[in-house]
Amino acid sequence: MTAADQTQSPLETGPRLRGLRRFVHHHPSLVTMPALLAVFLGVTVAIHPGYDSFDAQSLAMGAMPLAFAAAAQAVVLISGGIDLSVGSMIAVCNVLAATTMENATFGESLLFAAGICVVGALLGAVNGLVVVFSRVPDVVVTLTTGFIWGGVALLILERPGGGAPQEFIQLGAGFLVSPWISGSLVLVAAAVAIIWIPVQRGRLGLLLYAVGSDKASAFRSGVNVELTRFLAYVLGGLFSAVGGIGLVMTTGIGSPLAGVYYTLSGLAAAVLGGVSLTGGRGGIVGPVLAAYVLTLIPADLIFLNIDPNFGQVIQGTLIVLVVMGGGLVELLQRRKK
Amino acid sequence: MFGGTNGASGSRGSRVPFSHLAAEMTSTEILLAASNVAKRFNSVVALKAAALEVRAGEVHALMGANGAGKSTLVKILTGVFPADGGEIAIRGRERRFRSPAQARQAGVVSVYQDPALVPDLTVAQNLRLARVNAKAVRAWLADLGIPELDLGAFVRDLPYPVLRLIDLARALASDPTILLIDEITAALPADLSERIFGIVRRWRERGRSVIFISHRMAEVSALCDRATVLRDGLTVGVTDTARGSEERIVELMLGYEVAHTAAAGDARIAAEAADRAAPALEVRGLRCGRLLNDVSFAVHAGEVLGIAALEGQGQEELFDCIAGVRERDGGEIIVRGRPQDFRHPADAIGAGLVLVPANRQQAMLPQRSIRENVALPAYRGLRHWGLIDMSAERERVQEAIRRLHIDTRAESALQRLSGGNQQKVMIARWLASEFKTLLCFDPTRGIDIGTKRQIYALLRELAAAGAAVLLFSSELPEIPLVCDRAIVLFAGRVVHEMAAADADEVTLLRASHGLVPQREASA
Repeated sequence: MTAADQTQSPLETGPRLRGLRRFVHHHPSLVTMPALLAVFLGVTVAIHPGYDSFDAQSLAMGAMPLAFAAAAQAVVLISGGIDLSVGSMIAVCNVLAATTMENATFGESLLFAAGICVVGALLGAVNGLVVVFSRVPDVVVTLTTGFIWGGVALLILERPGGGAPQEFIQLGAGFLVSPWISGSLVLVAAAVAIIWIPVQRGRLGLLLYAVGSDKASAFRSGVNVELTRFLAYVLGGLFSAVGGIGLVMTTGIGSPLAGVYYTLSGLAAAVLGGVSLTGGRGGIVGPVLAAYVLTLIPADLIFLNIDPNFGQVIQGTLIVLVVMGGGLVELLQRRKK
Repeated sequence: MFGGTNGASGSRGSRVPFSHLAAEMTSTEILLAASNVAKRFNSVVALKAAALEVRAGEVHALMGANGAGKSTLVKILTGVFPADGGEIAIRGRERRFRSPAQARQAGVVSVYQDPALVPDLTVAQNLRLARVNAKAVRAWLADLGIPELDLGAFVRDLPYPVLRLIDLARALASDPTILLIDEITAALPADLSERIFGIVRRWRERGRSVIFISHRMAEVSALCDRATVLRDGLTVGVTDTARGSEERIVELMLGYEVAHTAAAGDARIAAEAADRAAPALEVRGLRCGRLLNDVSFAVHAGEVLGIAALEGQGQEELFDCIAGVRERDGGEIIVRGRPQDFRHPADAIGAGLVLVPANRQQAMLPQRSIRENVALPAYRGLRHWGLIDMSAERERVQEAIRRLHIDTRAESALQRLSGGNQQKVMIARWLASEFKTLLCFDPTRGIDIGTKRQIYALLRELAAAGAAVLLFSSELPEIPLVCDRAIVLFAGRVVHEMAAADADEVTLLRASHGLVPQREASA
């Protein structure tokens, strides 16, 4: 053994990260996603100098259901699963809201909204139970339950229609204090804060990340892996329900066929927002911000007079670049070691 | 800083008999009593009837050759999976743990071979996950020599030896009455092992018990009071570990009286081959990862070189480096006099080095036919303007199938063949393409005896035809049967080299546990 071999102690743990560098290392998407969103907002204002509060509000409204779809997918992904029925759960909750609230008062609508959140959590619970107990891969289970929920949505409401009281719709379509602060922005922030912060700060958050990162190690550390995975799907269903209700606020009606778009775009936003497809890494804020980025792209293309069908091409390219970029950074860091 | 070792390096000579006396003098309360513990995984019987009895204030070694069932027993005792049968009593009370969390509550905690730490959480979060007090862990980490460890660092960013120490500190902090330590010293430098021994001894002085699994006989006799020996899932004996008991333990592990029989059979020492030009494959000072430290050997054309080692002594890394699956960290690989730098398995195959892995799943196409599986690596030589010459392919494949006596009744899909026939297909594929050196990693694992014999005969036949064969086997009797020479790996180094005639099971097993005759140890 040469002297060079002995300089590297096996107990060398590398430099201790402090302050900003530590924050970036621990929460990379909380740095990259605001930056990406700022870039896209900058580009939007540059190509569309007349950008005003109305445009900001339509962005906030357009992105709200997607933000919840992204949050729903993110929770499940973090726990090491995947939920391809998010869009269909949004559709079910959306048509439930549009049919029950059509002739209801504002107060009744709020009550129905609470009930629909329970329904969403139950749909998620079904996903979770089947995934945990059947041992069929989660992709297969949620793909098929997605078909089922999609059919249920069409049974409830055959074609787009229904509605909700104006005051209820105004919760999302209106604004707070300044016309730049859309009600839908406030709703997203509030829902994420009310649902996610207690989870993330509490023991459940720790369990979700532990199970997503390494099921065997988590089990040996004393974690109930099955229960944790189940609860992740319940949370996913809950976020989906909020997304379905949000969709009524932004469109004013129920749309039984909304499913596919929100499943795929929600997954895209979650990945773009820094959630690992293999679980254990990422958060909710990144995917929510990514939902706004993904909503800005087609809007910008319209301002630029480009065929909005390019939107998907650009969205896809962006996701590949961002995810690849993240992998590249990691590879470079590992090389340095 | 070294004052913290708690006298670990103090009284080496007197300690063993003294502690032994202490164990007898203190109460002989039985902390843990397990009997008739059985476990099978599908068709594989891991444990038949294991028994283990651990007294209070005792360091108890659990020993056995590869696959004897040590780790399975540890995992059953700590609730990782349930036993199929048997009784386990803690302090005389019948217990059956359904999860590690339950075992922990009852005071039974294990430090597993693979640290039970979640990579994407920080150290502190991992401690919270297991509901362990961070302050207590810090104190133990200080004792283990890493007082300044950043508990806010991600586990995935920390090196493996540190993780094992964290795992150990976490286990100690939960204050178990019975601590199980599975192979902790394999990954650690010697001075650190000494620290751990110091802690284990302190633990014993408090009247707690430690179940210690190690392949290193010297550690066991220095640290442990008694040893339970497992063989093929059965407890075959309990013995003192005082100096001089190594022979008895080796006998128990092997299952028969050690008689130094004269090596039978022809002495196929490849002396004449060694004199021939450059070796078919030479490895010098090879290093890779944390397990392969410094391995050098040469294998010549016409020779079968056997490698014996217990699990995790660097043999996987060795074969991966030679076959181009992994990049080495240092050292040289020389093929017929030319230094090589493989970056891909295709490079190694191009240089005439081909690998038959132990795990057939890694190499086979289960849904495809025998023909396609055999021909896969040969396509390079069978192409004509990009198209595959089907008749040439059929010819080569038929020849290989005939030589290996492969049962072709279920030839349309490899997954329908028996394990032995699958393994033969994996060897056949290399017969159909050209190779100079065959790397066989435990090729007979899980294969019936008849097929095994066919594979042995084939390896000899290949060597006779001028191929060089490197054979790692976890079944020690195979080595004198098939090989010309044998080397033994221990802790990532070659500790013993011998002619086949001297490579009896006892010598191989002793060397695998680091017990090497003085002459070779100094060489």
